Amino acid sequence: MTKVTTAAVALAGTTVAFRLAGGSIYTAVDKADLTVADGEFVAIVGPTGCGKSTLLNIAAGLLKPADGEVRIFDRRLAGLNKDAGYLFQADALFPWKTALDNVAIGLEIAGTPRAEALKRAQAWLEQVGLGAFGNRYPHMLSGGQRKRVGLAQVLIRNPRIILMDEPFGPLDAQTRQIMGNLLLDLWSADRKAVLFVTHDLEEAIALADRVVIMSAGPAARIIGDWRVTLPRPRDIFEVRLSQEFHALHREIWHMLKAEVAKGYAQSSQAAEAV
Amino acid sequence: MSRLGLFALQLLVAVVIIALWQLFATVPVFGRVLLPPFFFSNPVDVFTQVIEWFAKGVIWKHLAITLWESILAFVIGSLGGVLVGFWFARKPVVAAVFDPYVKMANALPRVVLAPIFTLWLGLGIWSKVALGVTLVFFIVFFNVYQGVKEVSTVVRDNARMLGMSERQLMRHVYWPSALSWMFSSLHTSVGFAVVGAVVGEYLGSAAGLGYLIQQAEGVFDVAGVFAGMFVLSIFVILIDVGVTLVERRLLVWRPDAASER
Repeated sequence: MTKVTTAAVALAGTTVAFRLAGGSIYTAVDKADLTVADGEFVAIVGPTGCGKSTLLNIAAGLLKPADGEVRIFDRRLAGLNKDAGYLFQADALFPWKTALDNVAIGLEIAGTPRAEALKRAQAWLEQVGLGAFGNRYPHMLSGGQRKRVGLAQVLIRNPRIILMDEPFGPLDAQTRQIMGNLLLDLWSADRKAVLFVTHDLEEAIALADRVVIMSAGPAARIIGDWRVTLPRPRDIFEVRLSQEFHALHREIWHMLKAEVAKGYAQSSQAAEAV
Repeated sequence: MSRLGLFALQLLVAVVIIALWQLFATVPVFGRVLLPPFFFSNPVDVFTQVIEWFAKGVIWKHLAITLWESILAFVIGSLGGVLVGFWFARKPVVAAVFDPYVKMANALPRVVLAPIFTLWLGLGIWSKVALGVTLVFFIVFFNVYQGVKEVSTVVRDNARMLGMSERQLMRHVYWPSALSWMFSSLHTSVGFAVVGAVVGEYLGSAAGLGYLIQQAEGVFDVAGVFAGMFVLSIFVILIDVGVTLVERRLLVWRPDAASER
């Protein structure tokens, strides 16, 4: 590629620190450099509690870095990232709105007339396979269905950047794969920049163009960056069977394994301290 | 257990209690009547009284007044509770300043306010409404306050990422959450509105169920007191059924409300 594209997300020397209750300062992420090109699918993988979600919140503008710079499409980020859609790990749907209203709300608040917003929301529900579930409230849907609604809720606004925080974490293995394929289908229709956080390396390789590895916290760093050259379009079920997938998985896992062990030791120490 | 079976057993409880009451009030046991009519009356007299009230139509006026007082107390108390609850929840400083006074006011047994309200507002309905308002207000206030405070951070962050302004957050997030908390306490607040009205009437009025009971008591008409109590409990049960219907409609989105209660 000779064409120079501006990065959708560019973190430079980003440090995130929190003041703890005791007054001491906890550094969650230390001097992270990360760029996501426009149209690129980047997965961040790291052990539990390494600050992956923190990094995502920085890119969303929900958190302010203690140090370093965040640029979105080459503009310094101040306040919330209006170019980004965020699919949260936890259930974030509005429980008092039906699935259809949940999807339509992003358009409605932006001033789209309600009738049109509902029409487009219905189309999106159909795209995520829930056309007949528009009048259900979130608690009447399964975990996977709620994630689908969440996906439609985020994508209907047509954000230039999509941030995803272990979106399929709580789902069972089969549902995760189905959701992964759905995500790839939707994404390949008009490639947005995606920053996808997960602790599942296989999922990361199967989905992403690049896999970024973070070290165990505190003061987590980005310690690895692999390009995934598996051909697209991919099928999550099949891609895992290829030689290339296995080679890459082995290589990355070799590095990740040590960090996972460290992260596990630290979290069990912390548990003992409590 | 089938619904019919359950209803049959529920009915049986009432039949047994009433039968025992009638028995001990009329038939001497070992030469003594266990429930002397002067203190306990008996079911036949009580129901005769109830039927007489309805047959003559005198009861309707009292029921209407108590109902009207309850409705006014509920509406005014809820409105105040929602407004103040919202205000406090969004302005933590205000909440902190007023906190001791709110606690103080809430700790006060409301009955002691009744004479003051009678003095200020007279013997008409408004002194009873005021008493009900002081009861309803705090329940709604605490629930709305809690409802606004306890909006999940994820839902709030999601709303902000979807592009909601402060005003839109208010309308689409805080408001529904607060209302859901308020509705979940609907049974309690409606119940207290009735309590306020009846206690107010009892302590000084010229009409209403509380007045009816108080009048009967004044002339040692025990049958009248029990009859008043009976009508009052039917009245409350009917209102409660109404509230349940409203609640089912308003809280369809809530998992616990949608399943049977």
